[in-house]
Amino acid sequence: MGREQQQAAYTVEQLVAVNPYNPDILTDLENYVNEQVSSQTYSLDANLCLLRLYQFEPGRMSVPIVVRILIKALMAMPAPDFSLCLFLIPEQVQMEEQIKTLIVLSHYLETARFRQFWEEAAKNRSTLEVVPGFEQAIQAYAIHVLSLTYQKVPRPVIAEAINIEGLSLDKFLEYHVANSGWVLEKGHSRSQLMVLPRNEFNHPELKKNTVDGMPFEHVTRIFPILS
Amino acid sequence: MASSYDYDDGSLESRHGRPPSAGQGGASTDLGYDPNFVPDSVKTFVVHLYRHIREKNVYEIHQMYEGSFQRLSDRMFRDNPWPSVEAIAPYVDNDHVFCLLYREMWFRHVYARLSPTGRQRVESWDNYCSLFGVVLHGVVNMQLPNQWLWDMVDEFVYQFQSYCQYRAKLKNKTEEELQLLQQYDQAWNVYGVLNYLQALVEKSAITEILEREKEGLEQFTATDGYDYEGGTSNVLKMLGYYSMIGLLRVHCLLGDYHTGLKCLAAIDISQQGVYNVVIGSHISTIYHYGFANLMLRRYVEAIREFNKILLYILKYKQYHQKSPQYDQILKKNEQMYALLAICLCLCPQINLVEENVNSQLRDKYNEKMTKMLRYDDEAYAVYDELFTYACPKFITPSAPVLEEPLTNYNQDAYRLQLKLFLYEVKQQQLLSGVRSFLKLYSTISIGKLAAYMEVDEPTLRTILMTYKHKMHAVDSDGKVIPNADLDFYISEDIVHVVESKPIKHYGDYFLRQVLKFEEMISELERIKLD
Repeated sequence: MGREQQQAAYTVEQLVAVNPYNPDILTDLENYVNEQVSSQTYSLDANLCLLRLYQFEPGRMSVPIVVRILIKALMAMPAPDFSLCLFLIPEQVQMEEQIKTLIVLSHYLETARFRQFWEEAAKNRSTLEVVPGFEQAIQAYAIHVLSLTYQKVPRPVIAEAINIEGLSLDKFLEYHVANSGWVLEKGHSRSQLMVLPRNEFNHPELKKNTVDGMPFEHVTRIFPILS
Repeated sequence: MASSYDYDDGSLESRHGRPPSAGQGGASTDLGYDPNFVPDSVKTFVVHLYRHIREKNVYEIHQMYEGSFQRLSDRMFRDNPWPSVEAIAPYVDNDHVFCLLYREMWFRHVYARLSPTGRQRVESWDNYCSLFGVVLHGVVNMQLPNQWLWDMVDEFVYQFQSYCQYRAKLKNKTEEELQLLQQYDQAWNVYGVLNYLQALVEKSAITEILEREKEGLEQFTATDGYDYEGGTSNVLKMLGYYSMIGLLRVHCLLGDYHTGLKCLAAIDISQQGVYNVVIGSHISTIYHYGFANLMLRRYVEAIREFNKILLYILKYKQYHQKSPQYDQILKKNEQMYALLAICLCLCPQINLVEENVNSQLRDKYNEKMTKMLRYDDEAYAVYDELFTYACPKFITPSAPVLEEPLTNYNQDAYRLQLKLFLYEVKQQQLLSGVRSFLKLYSTISIGKLAAYMEVDEPTLRTILMTYKHKMHAVDSDGKVIPNADLDFYISEDIVHVVESKPIKHYGDYFLRQVLKFEEMISELERIKLD
């Protein structure tokens, strides 16, 4: 069964690469969306291809499939996939309740309003639970934004961003201390601080090394002269 | 200066900026002129052109195509179409391929100077199908000038876009026109257009050719795609190459920016290439590439490319003053200044813009840019105005629904893209405020900054995170690329500001000087003093 699925996925990707402008593959692409949902994989190209075909044949559009595509796109944040999908969805369809909700959720995520996001998400469990892995994906995005912004982040900020508190939060932090190079520190007023791993975004001095670099090919241009 | 920003085409905007004359896009183009009358000059023209094509005199073909055709059009065919293909066919041995080429030029002339009827549009589609069919079957052995081949692809996409606009304006159509739409529902259907372009790309194996060229196994760019020695046809290869740009354009018209950029992936625009041999193709490529990057929030990339092309146009446009594409060049130039203004307001990176381009930009848009940076209601109006002026003419690709009530829905696609764009602008609303405060400090506590900005601390934290998120785009490989000139990081509750200094590329500068002096020295050594 797994092998068959693998083969089917292979062929759909091939179809999208070789023969994307073809209404006959519409059903295959729809099935592929469902497969992405159940096997927790993701293919932007295939989903864009399907949204394009829906554009060409509006009568065949399936709102539940579009909803699934959009949820998957949200999970791909910080990539702009959600906007890319919206560009291809007609305005009337964007008025559908579920899609309106997803647009609101996307807005909260884009503007880092995590508290409001988790509140709204809780109100729409039924829409979101069709796609397994949603929560984890959004938490990963939240961590990403925190890593861009903070060298040392207070515990309550993390808690709000990933919507975990109490003992579960302790476990989560322990996991990252063990596996992702986080360090627990004591901030002033005895609050807990997480020190996030150094990267070029929260440590801009790390960026400077690449600034005056030059592609090697350019330097090779003067080799004949030097010799 | 952004002249007219009225989005609606109205009656089809002529490629040469002249209003369509000669009748109201209907039967009157058949009256008042005889399609079977062939003036002597036209006779000479087709005979010579036919001979040059058979003898593969690419230079002469180019002269006739660019020069003679325009001159004759100006002199004799300002308000009428050229003689029909049936009338000139006897002079060219009824050559099938030549007739297809002639008809292509015939329709292009009608679109440029007159107003095509519904029937003519459909016939033009049939002509393209036949022409591309012939090319795809590999039976063509001519060499044609790149300008002509580019114009074919460019015109193909343009007529498709025009037809989608035409077909979406149902309200004032006559019974006859509606009948035509229903009867010829396959004409300019989006699958056909995309599949022809895709087929040209594939059949020409152009991506493989470009790959092999990188490894030095093939000559393509060096000869501008021509085959001077072997004389094999360049038609399929070049149509394949230009079709990649055509696909980028069509995908932008559909709002699919990601796939559009993928279609262009084989062409490396950081290098010189065949795409910038013909100025029309150069401009079209960069315009659509830049626009797609703008919509993908990759502002730095868009700014870089717009800067390069605007500088190029500034330097070289004088050489194209006599060319029939001059008006188009100027129009795209203005549009790209508008897009550049938008990019710079969303992502202030003025150090990426070259001096001369910057002064032109200030001349045209200084006031508007100041308004856009304010992020109030007036700002949105300006963003709206510039976007509307500069954006591609988005299309609704699906077939029209020919039932009552008949509406005009040709603006739907554009309205959606505009709405989503302004939505993005709105999300970045507070960032400008943050930026101006951060410029003043090297460190500041969250509490103080929140007080200055008149928001509470949690809100400030979200604003700061939004800034970080919006200013770090994700490229097609999933890498995060910073876009901002002003950066910061937070340590517990102190914000540390880091401003990136404009980078002086010493290494690059030295390289260029070394090469230049080496050239000079070798020149001097060659001069013999008597």
